[in-house]
Amino acid sequence: MIEIVGLMKRFGQLRVLHEVNLQIARQKVTALVGPNASGKTTLIKCVLGLTRQQAGTIFFDGEPLDGACAYRKRVGYMPQIARFPDHLKAREVLMLLKELRNQSGVKGERLCEAFQIDSELDKPLGTLSGGTRQKISAVLAFLFDPDVLFLDEPTAGLDPVASSLLKDWIMRERDEGKTIVLTSHIMSEVEELADDLAFLVNGRVHFFGSVTDLKTSTGEENIELAIAQIMLRAEG
Amino acid sequence: MDWRTTAKIVKYELRDISRSRWALLYILFFLVATEVLLRFMGSGAKALLGLSSIVLAIIPLVSIVFGTIYLYNARPFTQLLLAQPIDRTALFRGLFVGLALPLSGSFLIGVGIPIIFRGGLVIEHMAVVLLMVGTGILLTFIFVALAFFIAVRFEDRLRGLSVSVLLWVFFAVVYDGLVLITVSVFSVYPLEKLMLALMVLNPIDLARVLLLLNLEASALMGYTGAVFEQFFGSLGGLATATAGLLVWVAAPLIAGIQQFKRKDF
Repeated sequence: MIEIVGLMKRFGQLRVLHEVNLQIARQKVTALVGPNASGKTTLIKCVLGLTRQQAGTIFFDGEPLDGACAYRKRVGYMPQIARFPDHLKAREVLMLLKELRNQSGVKGERLCEAFQIDSELDKPLGTLSGGTRQKISAVLAFLFDPDVLFLDEPTAGLDPVASSLLKDWIMRERDEGKTIVLTSHIMSEVEELADDLAFLVNGRVHFFGSVTDLKTSTGEENIELAIAQIMLRAEG
Repeated sequence: MDWRTTAKIVKYELRDISRSRWALLYILFFLVATEVLLRFMGSGAKALLGLSSIVLAIIPLVSIVFGTIYLYNARPFTQLLLAQPIDRTALFRGLFVGLALPLSGSFLIGVGIPIIFRGGLVIEHMAVVLLMVGTGILLTFIFVALAFFIAVRFEDRLRGLSVSVLLWVFFAVVYDGLVLITVSVFSVYPLEKLMLALMVLNPIDLARVLLLLNLEASALMGYTGAVFEQFFGSLGGLATATAGLLVWVAAPLIAGIQQFKRKDF
């Protein structure tokens, strides 16, 4: 679905991504895992066109991304930190996106109902709690029922009920045939959700493959331990 | 050129801004300033002269400082929209118009209400009133465009804000001093052409000349203004200064769009 070839990104002197190669499979959940500042968010932003890489090509459904924006009609994005214009209401942001994309957004409304945040939609976004804003951010990502979803730490800041609801939702979306890329620091969550896993350290991919492969190749039953193994091998 | 997207973004920005307090404060400032001047400066022409000085100083300052802060604050909104199938140029244009329009509108309302309540003044000094309003709006667009260029160019908001304030100080205060020093040092040479060039390079100078040409107060125009009037005459001066100001809107705007297209969010 998404093929990343030789991706290199630098902010000034700081190299954030070195020669990253990844094939993100259709209709699967791919987890990007790695320590802080390993390049997970930058990788997602490159695919979304929010940042521009210095070298390398990203193919979306076989087509190289060249700065045109039409492919984003098929993409939903939930950023790491949900921030919005303070004076607008969530309902107005939803309206704006619907108007901009000329799409109806039934899917997102169903997620709204599931989260039971209907009453929050008419308050200014600046007055909402972080968790509520995170829920709205999830609603925006799923709003137009996109084929491909990028979820940057989707459950961070959510209460346990909302968190498990969102995880169920993600699994259901996958079963409906959506391609999902997510980042997470919670290994149990990765275990629950991910089919494939990419492990990044300092902008390099140290492991990429299915979660089953990861376990067999390291001989560990637990993702956390398996990753620790890979880190040790990388250092040695 | 996706103008429909731009229009939709402008609409939402206007709604966001109309709810924040600063738009009201800005209206109130011009309302009070205009009313006070009209009430205590006696004749209309004198009051309009005073008002022109306020327009020339305050509009660039508020536009550049507020524009810079605004674009830094709009970053989450910008990121949200950039993840949508939206062209970056259309988005940048939307953000720009969405701020320059309500700023101009606030100025127009604040100055307009006290003036319109004195119908006689409007009729007597129609040209000057229109010119002042037009110049104020042009200055708003110019300094919002400069602010946006700076805010896109500098990643660090504190540095961006400092550059904005310094640029205003330079155009509003330092520039005329530098011109005077140049004149006195090189007074043995013919400097007319140089003076004209120097004036065109400062939008506040251009705006001042545009306003004062019609207020017949050449003495207040500063050195560059006096040379300008001699050179172009009143009507030619009006056309040249207006054209110059329009270029001053376009140049930073185009540069800002170029930066915005390449920027990492």
